[in-house]
Amino acid sequence: MMKTATATIALSLTATSVMAQTEISWWHGMGGRNGEVINEISQQFNDAQDACNLTPVSRGTYEEALASGIAAFRSGEQPNILQVFDAGAATIIAAEGATIPAEDLILNAGEEFDREAFIAGVRNFYADSDGKFIGMPFNSSAPIMYYNEEAFEKAGVEPPKTWEEFEEIAPALKEAGYLPLTASQLTWMMVENFKSRNNQQFATNNNGYDSVDGTEILVTDENQVMMFEKLKEWADAELFGFYGAGWGDNLKPFEDGQSAIWIGSSGSFGGLQQSTDFDFSADFMPYWDAIEGAGTQSFIGGAALFAMSGKSDEENACTAQFFSFLTSPETQVYYHKNTGYVPITEAAYEMAKEEGYYDEQPVAEVGIQQLMLEGGEWTGGYRMGFYPQIRTVMEREFNRIFSGEVEVQDAFETIEEEGNQLLARFAKTAG
Amino acid sequence: MAETYHTGSARQGAILSRLRAWYSAETADPAKRVQFDRPLTPWLFLLPQLAIVAIFFYWPSVQAVTSSFYIEDPFGFGATFVGGENYADALASSQYLSTATFTAFFCAIVTALSLGIGLLLAVKADKVIRGAPAYKTLLISVYAIAPPVAGLIGMMFFDMHMGPLKDLAAFFGHDLRVGIDYWDTAVAVVTISVWKQIPYNFIFFLSGLHSVPTSVREAALIDAQSGWRRFRDVTLPLLAPTAFFLLVINITYSLFDTFPIFDVVVKDKPANNPITLVYKVYLDGFKGNDIGGSSAQSVILMIVVAALTIMQFRFLERRVHYG
Repeated sequence: MMKTATATIALSLTATSVMAQTEISWWHGMGGRNGEVINEISQQFNDAQDACNLTPVSRGTYEEALASGIAAFRSGEQPNILQVFDAGAATIIAAEGATIPAEDLILNAGEEFDREAFIAGVRNFYADSDGKFIGMPFNSSAPIMYYNEEAFEKAGVEPPKTWEEFEEIAPALKEAGYLPLTASQLTWMMVENFKSRNNQQFATNNNGYDSVDGTEILVTDENQVMMFEKLKEWADAELFGFYGAGWGDNLKPFEDGQSAIWIGSSGSFGGLQQSTDFDFSADFMPYWDAIEGAGTQSFIGGAALFAMSGKSDEENACTAQFFSFLTSPETQVYYHKNTGYVPITEAAYEMAKEEGYYDEQPVAEVGIQQLMLEGGEWTGGYRMGFYPQIRTVMEREFNRIFSGEVEVQDAFETIEEEGNQLLARFAKTAG
Repeated sequence: MAETYHTGSARQGAILSRLRAWYSAETADPAKRVQFDRPLTPWLFLLPQLAIVAIFFYWPSVQAVTSSFYIEDPFGFGATFVGGENYADALASSQYLSTATFTAFFCAIVTALSLGIGLLLAVKADKVIRGAPAYKTLLISVYAIAPPVAGLIGMMFFDMHMGPLKDLAAFFGHDLRVGIDYWDTAVAVVTISVWKQIPYNFIFFLSGLHSVPTSVREAALIDAQSGWRRFRDVTLPLLAPTAFFLLVINITYSLFDTFPIFDVVVKDKPANNPITLVYKVYLDGFKGNDIGGSSAQSVILMIVVAALTIMQFRFLERRVHYG
C-alpha cells in the first residue's frame, strides 16, 4: 500500500516535470532500419536535455511525408519539423511563409551557426541563392559505383574511373559471364548527377536558384543525349541492363551476383552488406573524360529538415536546439555509421576518420569523398518546381527509349517540352 | 451457404429497386407507404446517413469543383482564378488522352472478362451436385482478399526477376517484362483485376440462378433439347437484372477500386506503364502537389461516371425484364 502511494507520488511528480517540457514534433519519410535510427536519435536528444521533448512520427515515404506536411499546414496542424526530400526542395523553398529558414531559426535562438562547418557538397542544395540555409541538411547521400570484386578479378580488369574506361573493360566483364552494368533511378544517376559529375548546366536562371519565373530545364544538349545514346547502345550490346523505374528491380541482378557494377546510393551500403554474399567495393560514379571540366563533385541526395512556421517561440527554440544537436559530430557519426548516409560536417567526418571507421569500412567513405571533390559552376544544386512530376516524365521516356519506341533525342525533347510546361505552371502557382 | 445467397440476392434487389425508383422517380404505391405521425420523424432517421453523405461526399466534391478553377501553390498561400484553364490543359495533354484511352480499354476488358468468367463458373457450379459447397467456397474465397494483397500476390507471379509466369512466357518464346513493357504490364493488371473480381460476380450470378423457378426450368426442358438454347432463351433473360446490376458495379470497380492493384504493380513509379485516370489524379495531386490540375481531372472523371450511369439506366435498363 505504502509502495503504491510512493509510486503514485513519484509518477505524478514525473508527470509534472514532463508537463513543463515543450513538446515538438517531427514528421519524416523513413522506414525500416533508418526509421528506427530516427527514433534513437530523438531519444538521445530527449535524454540530453530537459526543456524539450521531441516526438518523431513516420509519415510513409518521402512523397507521402511531403504531401501530409502540406495538407497539415493548410489546416494549421503542421509539425514543428518536416523532412523533405531533394526533389521536393523547390516546392517547400518557394513557399516562403511556410517555413522559417534554418539559419534564421538557429541564430534567433541564440545558437551558433557556421556555414563553413558543412562539407562543400552539402552547403548549397537546400540554401537560397545567397547561400542562406533554408533547410537543415539531414540525411545526405551520393550516387556511387558499387562493384563485385570477384567479377573484376575473373575478368582481369580494373574498376573504371570514367565511362570511356567502362567501354573498354565492359566486353571483358561480359566475357567473364557478368552483366557489366546496372543502375537504379536513372533520373538521379544519369541526368541530375550526370550534370553535376560532368559540371553541366541543368536549368536556366542559374540552375533555377535565381528565380522561379522563366526557369527552363536543359536536357537536350549533345552531352546529355550522348549519355543516353551510349546507355542504349550498351543495353543493345548486353553491356547494360535496364529493369524499369523501380529501385529494387535494378539492384536485384547485382545482389544476385549477376551484374558486375551497380550505380546506387551511398546510403545503400548497410543494406548491401546484408543482401550480398560476395565481396564488393565501391568507387566514385564515373564521368566522361571527353567532357571538359568533368570529374566534379555530385549533387547531394537524400533529404533535409524544414522548420515549419506558425509555432511559438519556445517551440522554435527547441527546434533550433535539436538542429544544433543533429549537427554535432557525435550525432552525425552515430547516424553515419548506423545508416550509411554521409556525415554532413567536416568535424564529423574528421571524427569518423580518427575513430578508424574507414579502415574497417572503406566503402563508407566513398560517398563523402565524392561530395568533397572539387566543385564546379553547376555542382551546387538545382531548383525546379514540380520536379517530382518532371522525374515522372523522365521515367516514362526512359522506358520508351529502352524498349526502342523512341529515339534518345526525341525523348529528351519531350522531357524538355513537358518539363518546361510544368515549370511554367509552377511559376504561376508561386506567383 | 444458402442463407448467404438469399441475403445477397435480397440486398441486390433492394439496391436495384432503389436505383430504379431514383431514376424513374416512381412514386410508391400509396397503399404500401409507411406513415409517420410527425413529418419530422423520417428526417430524423435519415439524418445520420445524410450527414455522412454530405460531409464525405458532397463537401469534398464542391471543394474539388472550386479548386479546379484555380491554380494554387501547394501550401495554400495564394490561389489565382484561371477559369477553365486547368480543364483545357488536361484535355490538351497527350498524356491525359492516352491515359483516358487506356482507362476505357481497361474498363471494357476487365468488365467483360470478369462478368463472362463469373457467369460461366456460376452456370457450371450450379450444375454440380456432389461436393458443390467445396467448389463454391473455393471460388468465393478469393473475394476475401483485399485489392493491395491481390496486387502483391499477382506480382509474385509476374515479377520480372523471379516470377513463374515469366518462365511460362519464356517457354512460349515471349520475354515477359512487367514494369518495362507497356502491354506486358497491361496484361498483368488486367489479369490480377479480373481474378480479384470474378468471385463477386460468381456469388451474384449463382444466387440469380437459384432464383430461377424450377417450374420454369422444367417447362424449358420440354421445349428445348439443347442446353445452350435453354440458357440463351430462358436463363439469360431471367438473369438480366442481376447482370445489369453487376455491369454497373464492375465498371465502377475497374474505374476506381483497381487503384491499389496499379499502385502495387507499377511500384509507385508509373514510368511508361499503363495507369488509369484515377491513378493519374493521385499522381498529380498527391505526388506532384498540383491541386488545381488534379481537381480538374477528378471533376472530369465525376462527369464521365455520371454520364455513364445515366446512359446505362436510360438505354440498357429498358431492355431488362424484372421478374
